[in-house]
Amino acid sequence: MSQLPLAVKRLSVTVKRLPAALRRLPEAWRRPQAVAGAVVALAWLLVAAAAPLLAPYDPLAQELPRLAEPGPGHWFGTDQLGRDILSRVLYGARVSIPLTLLLVALSVLIGGFLGGVAGYFGRWADEVIMRFADLVFAFPTIILAMVVAAALGASLTNAVLAVLVVAWASYARVGRGLVLAVREREFVLSGRLLGFSVWRSLRVDVLPNVVGPVLVLATLDMGTALLLLSGLSFLGLGAKPPSAEWGAMVASGMEVFDSWWVATFPGLAILTVVLAFNFLGDTLRDALDPRTARAVKERAL
Amino acid sequence: MTLTITGLRVAIRDTQILSGIELALHKGQVHGLAGESGSGKTMTGFAVLGLLPHGARASGRIELAGRDLLGLPDKELNRVRGNDIAMVFQDPSTSLHPMLTVGRQLTEHMRPHLGLGKAEARERALELLTKVRIPNPAEAYRRYPHQFSGGMRQRIAVAVALACDPQVLIADEPTTALDVTVQAGILRLLRGLCDELGLAVLLITHDLGVMSAIADEVSVLRDGLVVESGARKSVLRTPTHPYTRSLLEDLP
Amino acid sequence: MTSTQNRVRRRNGPLPTFHVRGPILGFLARRPLLRFLARRILVAILLAWGITLVTFVLTNLVPGDPVAANLGQRAVGDPVAVAQWRAEHGLDKSLPQQYLLFLEGLLHGDLGTSQQSHRPVSEDLAEFVPATLELAGAAILVSLVLGVAFGLIAALRRDRLADHVLRMLSLIGVSVPTFWLALLAFYVFFYRLQLTPGSGRVDPAIGAPPPVTGLHTVDAALAGRWDIFTSALGHLIVPALVLSLYTIGLLTRFTRSAVLEVLGQDYVRAGRAKGLSGRVILFRYVLRSALVPIITVAGLAFGSLLSGTVLVEAIFAWQGVGQYAYKSATALDLPAIMGVGLVVSGVYLAINLLVDVLYGVIDPRVRLR
Repeated sequence: MSQLPLAVKRLSVTVKRLPAALRRLPEAWRRPQAVAGAVVALAWLLVAAAAPLLAPYDPLAQELPRLAEPGPGHWFGTDQLGRDILSRVLYGARVSIPLTLLLVALSVLIGGFLGGVAGYFGRWADEVIMRFADLVFAFPTIILAMVVAAALGASLTNAVLAVLVVAWASYARVGRGLVLAVREREFVLSGRLLGFSVWRSLRVDVLPNVVGPVLVLATLDMGTALLLLSGLSFLGLGAKPPSAEWGAMVASGMEVFDSWWVATFPGLAILTVVLAFNFLGDTLRDALDPRTARAVKERAL
Repeated sequence: MTLTITGLRVAIRDTQILSGIELALHKGQVHGLAGESGSGKTMTGFAVLGLLPHGARASGRIELAGRDLLGLPDKELNRVRGNDIAMVFQDPSTSLHPMLTVGRQLTEHMRPHLGLGKAEARERALELLTKVRIPNPAEAYRRYPHQFSGGMRQRIAVAVALACDPQVLIADEPTTALDVTVQAGILRLLRGLCDELGLAVLLITHDLGVMSAIADEVSVLRDGLVVESGARKSVLRTPTHPYTRSLLEDLP
Repeated sequence: MTSTQNRVRRRNGPLPTFHVRGPILGFLARRPLLRFLARRILVAILLAWGITLVTFVLTNLVPGDPVAANLGQRAVGDPVAVAQWRAEHGLDKSLPQQYLLFLEGLLHGDLGTSQQSHRPVSEDLAEFVPATLELAGAAILVSLVLGVAFGLIAALRRDRLADHVLRMLSLIGVSVPTFWLALLAFYVFFYRLQLTPGSGRVDPAIGAPPPVTGLHTVDAALAGRWDIFTSALGHLIVPALVLSLYTIGLLTRFTRSAVLEVLGQDYVRAGRAKGLSGRVILFRYVLRSALVPIITVAGLAFGSLLSGTVLVEAIFAWQGVGQYAYKSATALDLPAIMGVGLVVSGVYLAINLLVDVLYGVIDPRVRLR
């Protein structure tokens, strides 16, 4: 089950070509896809930061007419409790985006650390960690996350923990492959021969070479993480009802599905964020060497 | 004169790859095309078969039996490829389809080109395998390329190229990817087939040692231009162009 | 070395050499494909066992209390009722004992009794698994056909309009939240256009076909009941399409890059140099080789489809494993969760095994050495 020899072969190429990738980056950034992705992602970050200034109403106040159609005054309509959907979507960015960022950051740190340890130390550490990763891979993500979320109790924090349980594994694989590839390269070996400590060689020689590909994977993973997180909320295993979380808002739209606007706009919000990060990740990946690109893509599944 | 190339120019986007190649191949003779990597040797071979990479433009004239191959529509060119002109590639481990049996690869172009039936094609394939000295042809017919050694694979590739009795054979570095010990065998095979079948062979190689072993005529290519051409002895013994001289001096 | 070769090497792996060959090992040694399969099945069984262990530990380590989840908060105050309920479900024993009991039952095909439905878990699963397989199977079929076709077109029309459009669409396909799309489709096709039936697997007025495979469409066709078949297909079509959108996008992207890689291979140029027709080059040379990476991804995609069913089933009231898993997870119904975990990972492993067998069929380098 281990994907190792593949990753090693490909990623050893990566490391050599990173400078070339950095040179190609500016060109990649000029592509319309990249520009669109960057603009939309930045716009959502701004919305998340400035939601209280932008939102016309209090996202929790149940003061408007119920289930009003979109129109002047409330552009996205109102939900069954008389809350303004535009305001809720804007505030939803404050819930979903930081949590997704946090989630991906934690997956990178935890998965990357475990994978790095597995790759660098090998032997039993490698076996134990990677067999766990195999188990996670063999299990459909959402069912595993569902069990964890249900067991911990429905809350946003627990949903993040649940997604984390399944998300770390792909970084562990990539991290391990990259470290293995770099470990055998001459400058690392020579550093070790010069008597540098394990940690110094990891920090100074290995880490800088590993950051690029992991960053690409993380960007692509933003979308996956948001989809999973909002999916759990949709199932009622994440955000609690009054909270303006997008997945939960779509779920509440299911109760009144003939009022299409209740579910449509929060769903569009999820779609645009995911799309923006996928655009960005795609561009970053293309800027990398094509062979690495494929290795990263396969891991991203 | 079997195949004549005159004023062949090839450009990919803004880069001029070939800038006026002149070459003539004769029946029963091996014409060696020498030059460093990047000089345009392989592109010359590809241009003859119309296999230039995407976006390449070719001009000039490549004449076979009174027809200009550069002007042929793709359908008619397909009747020339493999039938009148065949090619042997550098690395037999990548130039044979890994998922098709040797027999399939030997016969699949015989049927459209020669109009042979299944049994006839098989018979001919077995003859070809014998001719390129593959032991136990009937067994080899059923096997896959990965089950053979590198030298054997190149022999199979030669057999595939000869399947439809071509007049011209383009061999692009046919020994470069092989062990030194089997290189001589492949070269001897090519030379023998050339004499026996009256083939006109274009042997593309960077290796002047290979060249001196079997070529009748030699052309030296540099930056997309033939700088020197003539009989092997005169080119290799008394080179006139300084580039040829420097190539020869680099020989061990 | 190409990725395909790498993958083949890896799959084929260094097999253990046996110094003393018993009759079975000797038999296997003479048949590389069988030996290869035997090894894969052994790994699959070990992995399935690992999954039961992880599920068990996970559901027991966490703070949730199944007693409260099943008996309600009021009953928790009644120690007699709690003790009785715990004894009934074997929860009064120590954890290792509970796990051993579970394994022992498993060997007899007994997955325990669901605390929710009060039926044997195996019975529940027999009812719900075929429903999900029908949905996911239809979705993977649609994805394979459309995804491979789109990817092939994109690769052959590289950097032209069709390529740009298909790449953009595939990127959107992998970015759409499935549950939202399901809801929109439900609203548009059922509520607005009234083109398709709303929820469930078949019109209740017609009823389910006599069960053979458990797949309503297949069973109806087997029984010759075309009225049921039409109804079942009508119910299946929208959820399956919704579910397949993500995998279509995935397969389009992968097929494109796989085909582009094969197009650059020497043997494709050699095939063209032989004067083979465009059709032969496309199918025998390009697509056949690209199929190896494509089926790898299709296998992985099936896993993500199984995840997607949880969300889609909730919206279309599709009585499948997704719904069952959701109910069991929220109720902390341990035997049911373990059962779902086993079955789902079993299906996943079976798909992986199928992918391995297909490798052998497609690529002689796996089969013969």
